Amino acid sequence: MSMPMFTPGTDPGSSFPELLKRVGLAPAVDFAGEVSVPHATTCVALRFADGVVMAGDRRATSGNLISHRTMEKVVQADQHSGVAIAGAAGPAMEMIKLFQLQLEHYEKVEGSSLSLEGKANQLSMMVRGNLPAAMQGMVVVPIFGGYDLRRANGRLFAYDVTGGRYEEHDYVATGSGMLHAGTVVKMGWRDNLDRSAAIALACRSLWEAADADSATGGPDLLRGIYPVVATITAGGWQRLADEELVGVFEAIANEVRGR
Amino acid sequence: MSQPFYVSPEQVMKDRADYARKGIARGRALVAVRYDDGIALVAENPSSTLRKISEIYDRLAFAGVGKYNEFDQLRVAGVRAADLKGFQYSRDDVDARSLANNYAQILGQIFTHEMKPMEVEILVAEVGVTPDTDQLFHILYDGTVFDERRYTVLGGDAEAIGARMKESYADGQPLAAAVQEATKALAGDRTLVPGDLEVAVLSRSNGRRCFRRLPDDVVAAALES
Repeated sequence: MSMPMFTPGTDPGSSFPELLKRVGLAPAVDFAGEVSVPHATTCVALRFADGVVMAGDRRATSGNLISHRTMEKVVQADQHSGVAIAGAAGPAMEMIKLFQLQLEHYEKVEGSSLSLEGKANQLSMMVRGNLPAAMQGMVVVPIFGGYDLRRANGRLFAYDVTGGRYEEHDYVATGSGMLHAGTVVKMGWRDNLDRSAAIALACRSLWEAADADSATGGPDLLRGIYPVVATITAGGWQRLADEELVGVFEAIANEVRGR
Repeated sequence: MSQPFYVSPEQVMKDRADYARKGIARGRALVAVRYDDGIALVAENPSSTLRKISEIYDRLAFAGVGKYNEFDQLRVAGVRAADLKGFQYSRDDVDARSLANNYAQILGQIFTHEMKPMEVEILVAEVGVTPDTDQLFHILYDGTVFDERRYTVLGGDAEAIGARMKESYADGQPLAAAVQEATKALAGDRTLVPGDLEVAVLSRSNGRRCFRRLPDDVVAAALES
């Protein structure tokens, strides 16, 4: 591959998607006709004392079939932010990959990271760009969360299909199980929750969503598959180890048994 | 119409090379040296915002000396080439050798075909998964590539600095020793303080993105140890 050099008028600057367009590698978003693809489901995110917690189940479904059991819908975007996605799995994964690359590309070209709000806007444009595909049923609706180093607090952003960006103050849920998960978080959310309480609440919301929504997967003890749960604080993104989640879900199961 | 005077190709090349060398010699030098956990890059650079050393990709770093706008243009082109390659194929397929070859092509092309050669010397460093796969590619203004094993010096006064490095270099040294040795080699009989230096490492134990800048207090601690 030759090295991409541009004249000042055509230079894509620090934008990776623009660079892809210039070299003819931009992903196509227009699909003809309706297509059936695996769908990913419930994700929640909530603010706590030190930042945000993001959590998502692992199931992908095609209609009434389970097409994938270990999908990771909550992923790190960069050092201080993460994305959770619900919707058509293929375009969503492509969008996340491009989003991660864009943040890293910007950081390397410019020598400093985008602000959290800049990242949220960037994602908004990507969701907007997916609108033609969304009209064909390939809807992608992410949640963006991160730690704002300038304001020193955790922040959450929800999106709609058209790229509309809405900052949520306390918590947000997306996907087919969002109603159940969102309600659980709504009931349990308090200002300045500590880390373990926030994690327990996020896990509990996924548990209840999996309990009522067939497209959301609960913890799979047989195969040892647990939801992806991560915290983002001033120290950066940290994904919880399965060992820690085992304890959290054990506690939830015991509580449910004892009813 | 008057004919231009005949100038032999040898003379043209020599003039261009002299011009580029003079431009490079005006700037401060830079040393890249291997240590036990990767590669340390130490540049004499009083500015804390205009960088000579920067990240290209997970395991790759770029360093340039000479004219800032010219090597910065090359740096951005390198980041683009690496990110595109990683996007199109896989992150594992991005390597220093192909990037160095690309740079050599561009610099060679500009040196022979443009009015003015680029007044830069650049380095593409790659930290391997194991120490024996570390790579340092030193590329000159005319596209000449050197593949160095242990350390490399870029910029004016490279010979004297290289001689000092040769005396003090040891395989498998810790980071503090490597930074100290590079700083001493750059300084000669002067004294350099952390504020005069720009230091970064490609460290094997730094996760996916191996590149990390060392802040002044860490550099100071390394120099005092």
